Amino acid sequence: MTPNLNLWLIPVLPLIGAALNGFFGKRLTREAVAIVALAFSGATFGLALFVAARFSLLDLPHVEIVAQWIRAGNFRADFAFYLDQLSLVMLLVVTGVGLLIHIYSVGYMWEEGGFYRYFSYLNLFMFFMLTLVLANNYLLMFIGWEGVGLASYLLIGFFFLRDSAASAGKKAFIVNRVGDFGFLIALFLLIKHFGSLDFEQVFQHVSSLNPETVGAGLLTAIGLLLMVGAAGKSAQLPLYVWLPDAMEGPTPVSALIHAATMVTAGVYMIARSHVIFERAPIALTVVAIIGTLTALFAATIGIAQTDIKKVLAYSTISQLGYMFMACGVAAFSAAIFHLMTHAFFKGLLFLAAGSVIHAIGGEQDMRKMGGLKDKIPWTFWTMTAGTVAIAGIPPLAGFFSKDEILWRAYQASWAYWLIGLFTAFLTSFYMFRLWFMTFTGSYRGATEDQHSASRAGPSIVAQGRSAPRGHGGIHESPSVMLVPLVILAVLSIIGGWIGIPGSMGGGNHFDKFLAPVFRTSTPSLNAQHVAAGEIAPPEKQTEGPEPQTSRATELIFTGISVFAALLGFVFAAILYYLRPELPQEIAHALGGFYKTVANKYYVDELYAILFVNPVVDGSRRILWQGVDEGVIDATVNDSADGARHVSDTVRQMQSGNIRSYAGWVALGAAVVIAYMVWMGTR
Amino acid sequence: MVPLSYYLVLSGILFACGVLGFLIKRNIITIFMSIELMLNGVNLSFVAFAAQWHALSGQVFVFFVMVVAAAESAVGLAIIIAVYRTRQTLNVDQINLLKL
Repeated sequence: MTPNLNLWLIPVLPLIGAALNGFFGKRLTREAVAIVALAFSGATFGLALFVAARFSLLDLPHVEIVAQWIRAGNFRADFAFYLDQLSLVMLLVVTGVGLLIHIYSVGYMWEEGGFYRYFSYLNLFMFFMLTLVLANNYLLMFIGWEGVGLASYLLIGFFFLRDSAASAGKKAFIVNRVGDFGFLIALFLLIKHFGSLDFEQVFQHVSSLNPETVGAGLLTAIGLLLMVGAAGKSAQLPLYVWLPDAMEGPTPVSALIHAATMVTAGVYMIARSHVIFERAPIALTVVAIIGTLTALFAATIGIAQTDIKKVLAYSTISQLGYMFMACGVAAFSAAIFHLMTHAFFKGLLFLAAGSVIHAIGGEQDMRKMGGLKDKIPWTFWTMTAGTVAIAGIPPLAGFFSKDEILWRAYQASWAYWLIGLFTAFLTSFYMFRLWFMTFTGSYRGATEDQHSASRAGPSIVAQGRSAPRGHGGIHESPSVMLVPLVILAVLSIIGGWIGIPGSMGGGNHFDKFLAPVFRTSTPSLNAQHVAAGEIAPPEKQTEGPEPQTSRATELIFTGISVFAALLGFVFAAILYYLRPELPQEIAHALGGFYKTVANKYYVDELYAILFVNPVVDGSRRILWQGVDEGVIDATVNDSADGARHVSDTVRQMQSGNIRSYAGWVALGAAVVIAYMVWMGTR
Repeated sequence: MVPLSYYLVLSGILFACGVLGFLIKRNIITIFMSIELMLNGVNLSFVAFAAQWHALSGQVFVFFVMVVAAAESAVGLAIIIAVYRTRQTLNVDQINLLKL
């Protein structure tokens, strides 16, 4: 009997915080709202740490059934929580990064309207995210899954007075519906064939099945549908389009939801369902291909963006592509490792970007930044840490996780590795481009007294600031914002050290820690794959000493990826520091191609033609003008009109003239008598 | 003996005259008299049937009708006088306050 940890408290605490702020926040002062929000998210993080401390005492996986939920025939789903190494990692990431971003938000959102609403939503998000992570069955996970979508929608549309924010929220919600549709069908298939959504039961059933190597079967279908769900939530091709628009939300929200936690839910879901995917190699290959293509695709778009948050958004999509690539080559622990380090450095980058935006009064266009290095040193140094980390330069966090993924991808197919490597180069390039454009050179923005004028103009700046603040020039953010930045910067620097691979003399503790979760793969899988000519996911979880040649090869590949990262730095330095006029010329020389990339490959326009416009036009012409106006309204209006016409006619009888009444009476009597006579004589 | 149908035809003619008078006359008194005519047409058919079937109830009913008609004409004439006093006319087309 393992100790009862009361896991249910972890998601419920933020829910209480959300309820308190949501119901009473309007009457509370800002200080009180902040205290409530921080107290509950802090308590959640404390509980998570407590759980982590007790973790070694547990029999894994540790399941706590809190309450019965659904019993229908043989099917049951409970409010139950599931804790294993994977959930623990996610738990710590979500609560830890979540707490830091709560703290940061207090500073960032202080001047904004709807302060209590913001924190209520943020706590609500924590509740759903923790439900998702801790659920012990797919149904409860789905509740969390939908809930984070709701919180995301609410927070993207936080500045709802801006039309772009409102429509970005809608876009995120609707695109996610497409993915959730796939997820839901996968759940139905699970219920139909395994009679359960409970993780342990489903995986037990699935474990008894053979891998579907030749042709597609049930597991492939489930895997592909789960991937559709994951692609929606984690912004993969072709459902990534909502994430860049989601940058309309407040920057801390972009950091928490659209970089660190929610968008990684798809990766978590696939890692959690690894038993299914390992037996569906076709689905796994699709995951890998989509991940790889997304990584490359988003990275190329990221190069040409000028909005600092958009660059980070495309970078997020690209990094998520890496995680999917890792999942697709069955390197689930590498995916989770990158998920964790990404949560650190991308959360950091977004918060630092928020700090930059804060410093210069709401400007997001990098072309109007520059030379901020000395003016906001704390932001500069923390952002540098994040940039170096994401670029994959040792010994920062991103290096180890990305290198792990690339190495595992190479073991599956050199094509994945090559594209991954090129993407690593692009990542480094666009991140240092951002870094150089923001912090070096001279300040290109409006001077301080022109701030208000530039903000009033029709710039592409997404103006979150509703009221003009007392803005005293470029200034460093308050310490409540800097402390989370520093903590995340430290994590971005050292966070990768728990997963130093064996080839570099590390123990790869992270991989070993997660190994029990991902160990259950069938031994026959590999052989069958090779026999069927499929791509073989590497089976070995780097347990035991690797052959010396492999270790040397791995080191060579590490060298190559570091070289790619440095190359990206050099290119960025040349283009945006040494010769700042060069990018214009290159863009000019590339002409149409540059325009295509800068316009994000016209994917939004394509979707508008393919999906949005037909739906809108169909709704307008057929449903609105055809069905609604033509059938429903017409029925109501015509019956009303008909009643009026009949009444108009009949009303003539009621003239108020006694004699005409008498005439009607006589006529009626005559008719009745005639009828009776006729009936009588028949 | 006069056949029943003669009485009934006469009764019908009387009733139809009453209806016609009621509908086309404008003077209240004339209308009132038309009503009496209709009542008497009905009375005639009552007594005709009573005589034909040797049933007293028809005769009795006629007395009831006459009593009611007497009461009615008392009230009706009173109303007509009251109307004449207030409106100085007995033309029903001008007594149309109920009209739309």
